[in-house]
Amino acid sequence: MPYSPLMVKPMREELTSIGVQELRTTEDVEQLMDDKDGTTLVFVNSVCGCAAGMARPGLRQALESSVRPDRVVSVFAGQDLEATARARSYFADVPPSSPSMALFKEGELAWFLPRHRIEGRDAMQVADDLISAFEQHCAATVS
Amino acid sequence: MGTFHQDKGELHGITVVVDTHGEETWVGRCDTVLAEGVVLLDGAVHKEGDNDRGKQQWLERAAKFGVWKTFDRVLVPAQQVTSVRRLAEL
Repeated sequence: MPYSPLMVKPMREELTSIGVQELRTTEDVEQLMDDKDGTTLVFVNSVCGCAAGMARPGLRQALESSVRPDRVVSVFAGQDLEATARARSYFADVPPSSPSMALFKEGELAWFLPRHRIEGRDAMQVADDLISAFEQHCAATVS
Repeated sequence: MGTFHQDKGELHGITVVVDTHGEETWVGRCDTVLAEGVVLLDGAVHKEGDNDRGKQQWLERAAKFGVWKTFDRVLVPAQQVTSVRRLAEL
C-alpha cells in the first residue's frame, strides 16, 4: 500500500527541486523513453530510509558535475506503481530494487546502480559512482 | 541519514550473502542477526546443482544487478552459516 502522499512529498521535492523530471504515469514514461537520443538517467525513488536517504543527496551532488546526462527523470517505487513498472520494463533483465538508477545511452541501458550498491554508503560515495558513470557514458565525444 | 532501526544491528537493511556448510547460498536484505540465525528479507537462494549457473557465476551477477526475489522472509539457521558478507563488497 502506498504511503501517504504527504509523507512522500518531501522525497519527491528533493529531486524535483534540483531539476529532476518526475514521471507519474505510463504515458509520461513512454513519451520520455521513446526519445532515444542522447543520455537519460532514470532514478527509481523510494521511501527506504537506509538507502534512498543517501541516494537522493548523492544524485544532487553528482548533478553539480560538469558532465551529466541530457535528461534526468524519476519514478517513485511503491507510490506511482504503473509508471514504475513501465520504467522498469525498459530494463526488464535487471531485478527490481529501489532506490536504484539506470543510465541509458541512445536508448540502451549503459549502466545500472542497484540498491545494494547504495546501502551503507554516504552521499559522496554514491555521487562518485554517478560521476564516473556520467564521465564514461555522457561525455561529449570529439571526432 | 542511516537506518531507521538502529536496534537491529549494523547489517540491518544491507543486502548480504550468507554462505552455508551445505549447497545453499542465500542473498537477501539482512533484517537481523539472532542467536538462532540470520533473518533475510526479499531475497533468493542458490543451490548447487539446481541452477544453470554455478555459485560463483550466480554471485557475480547478483553483485552486479541484484537477485530476483524468491522469498519474503527466511531464517538461515546459525549452525549452517559459515559467513555473512555484504553483496556490494564481492
